Amino acid sequence: MSTVASFDIRHTRFLDPQGATTQPLPQFTRDPAVLVALYRAMLLTRLFDTKAIALQRTGKLGTFASSLGQEAVGVGVASAMRSEDVLLPSYRDHGAQLLRGVSMVESLLYWSGDERGSDFAVPRHDFPNCVPIATQACHAAGVAYAMKLRREPRVAVCILGDGASSKGDFYEALNIAGVWTLPLVVVINNNQWAISVPRSIQTGAQTLAQKAIAAGIEGLQVDGNDVIAVHQVAQQALDKARGGGGATLIEAICYRLGDHTTADDATRYRDAELVASQWALEPILRLRNHLVFRGAWDKDREEGLNRECTGLVNQAIEAYLATPVPPPQAMFDHLYAVLPAALSQQRGAALHFHASARDSHG
Amino acid sequence: MAEVNLVEAVNLALAYELAHDPSVVLLGEDIGINGGVFRATVGLQARFGAERVRDTPLAETAIAGIAIGMAAMGLKPVAEIQFTGFIYPTLDQIINHASRLRHRTRGRLSCPMVLRSPYGAGIHAPEHHSESPEALFAHVPGLRVLIPSSPARAYGLLLAAIRDPDPVMFFEPTRMYRLFREDVADSGEALPLDVCFTLRQGGDITLVSWGAMLHETLAAADALGQQGITAEVIDVATLKPLDMGTILESVAKTGRCVIVHEAARTCGYGAEIAANLAEHGLLSLLAPVQRVTGYDVVVPLAKLEHQFLPSVERILHAARATLEFT
Repeated sequence: MSTVASFDIRHTRFLDPQGATTQPLPQFTRDPAVLVALYRAMLLTRLFDTKAIALQRTGKLGTFASSLGQEAVGVGVASAMRSEDVLLPSYRDHGAQLLRGVSMVESLLYWSGDERGSDFAVPRHDFPNCVPIATQACHAAGVAYAMKLRREPRVAVCILGDGASSKGDFYEALNIAGVWTLPLVVVINNNQWAISVPRSIQTGAQTLAQKAIAAGIEGLQVDGNDVIAVHQVAQQALDKARGGGGATLIEAICYRLGDHTTADDATRYRDAELVASQWALEPILRLRNHLVFRGAWDKDREEGLNRECTGLVNQAIEAYLATPVPPPQAMFDHLYAVLPAALSQQRGAALHFHASARDSHG
Repeated sequence: MAEVNLVEAVNLALAYELAHDPSVVLLGEDIGINGGVFRATVGLQARFGAERVRDTPLAETAIAGIAIGMAAMGLKPVAEIQFTGFIYPTLDQIINHASRLRHRTRGRLSCPMVLRSPYGAGIHAPEHHSESPEALFAHVPGLRVLIPSSPARAYGLLLAAIRDPDPVMFFEPTRMYRLFREDVADSGEALPLDVCFTLRQGGDITLVSWGAMLHETLAAADALGQQGITAEVIDVATLKPLDMGTILESVAKTGRCVIVHEAARTCGYGAEIAANLAEHGLLSLLAPVQRVTGYDVVVPLAKLEHQFLPSVERILHAARATLEFT
């Protein structure tokens, strides 16, 4: 008997939960302003998230998927991307989307049930939120193949959850990314819960990162509560992909501190004490502590940033609440490039009944 | 002008579009050096390279999903699913994504892809190689569903499908791949989408069909002709969106209609046409609309498949009942 192949999975962390360094920091962290920008992006994400939940609770927003506790994943990944790269998110990646240029108004419109929320003014090529789990992994492989075919130095970045790593779409996309050497980075936001199903009963695999090995691509693990580590491994994976080195699977381990969505009640299936203990690991406090250690942050700056970000969120909410609902023909307007004749009668009916309902309601 | 069969016409159209539009990319299982299991892509990889005529891993979900990603980036992927029996893993991608991408992004992203797939019974194929799932896809808003029934229409409709800015399901009748030849000018001229083709004019009865069943339907029209009955024969060709106008005009003239398809009867596409006739053409009708279809059974294996498929005799039986109705 002989060993024909063997593998190992690396885990990367730079900051411990208290914000102390565990190893020499990467080059990009030398300028504290870079870290402050990451801190700001995470804080803005959390403030946005908190306000969105409040809007839902008061009947002013539809079901919303919170990213509470997972801010470092989206922010760490998106901050390493170039504007011409393409993000293919799940539905929990506000952190990444806001940094990419998606506006909070667009995000709120989406979660309120308005398709215009996916018509991003910026970035035009990013995919909209993907609700059917892991299906966007295959789109990402196709986007990456288009980039490769055109010899463009661009990368497709797909973010999905730990549950998604159990799906066939995920395996099929990774397999093709491997055999075609695609410029693709797939990031698993392993928040350890797929609604009520914990990581422990999701898969028998020791790590999710090792699922890359069978596809012939690199798989690695990162502390998903350490934005420096997430940014660093994402940057390396992006550089490798851009240089023709192929795909990478990144498993970012964090914790879903909130419910699955506002329609979920996580107290039905998980212990509040367990969640409380996870708050000690969360990413925003960790980076703040680190910045304070370095003398790059203090109470005044914290309050100033909070004020600024809260102002931005409130402004977005005002603009969102002032947006009129789309007209009924919007159902038909973008179904096809040109509405087929067979549908014009139905479009007419929608307009007719909309008008008569308006008349009868005075 | 060359005499070609239907599968050769598909090949001609693919080659034409690969040669004239650099954004066209073919992908699928065994489409490269093997030229496809039916030889629809034969010679194309040698001519256009392995990057543009790309063999994929054996993964139908990914084939559809990758095509969506490529299309959103402005390419025009033409993906092949080897048989429609293997198309079902793509449903999630086609229904949840391909058909909706333009709508849900307000036109920011779109999905100009074609999914080609050989379909239908009658070639003594193994299990899962004989189904006709066109109605499944015709039910999905945002898609186009096309089925050619001759080499010339395969050529012209496939060109139109590839050039169309929206996702198109293109089902190719395997039984017709090599059934007959006709002159097809490789001129790059597309046929119009969203219209039915009237293959034969007649005043006594309207026969409506698509795909391979046009072969039996035209034979039935011939037999009726020998009895002095003139049948108008309509090839629906684009099932979605449906050109009901052409069918209604014909029935206004004949007052009698038989719809022929090989897919199972219940919720088959014939039901949609019959419902439209009831809604919009009732006063033209001199007799109840008849459907001649596959039975509501699992498509049988080779030994019984010809008992399942509508025969000329079954079509004539329905036509006579329609004609004799008073």
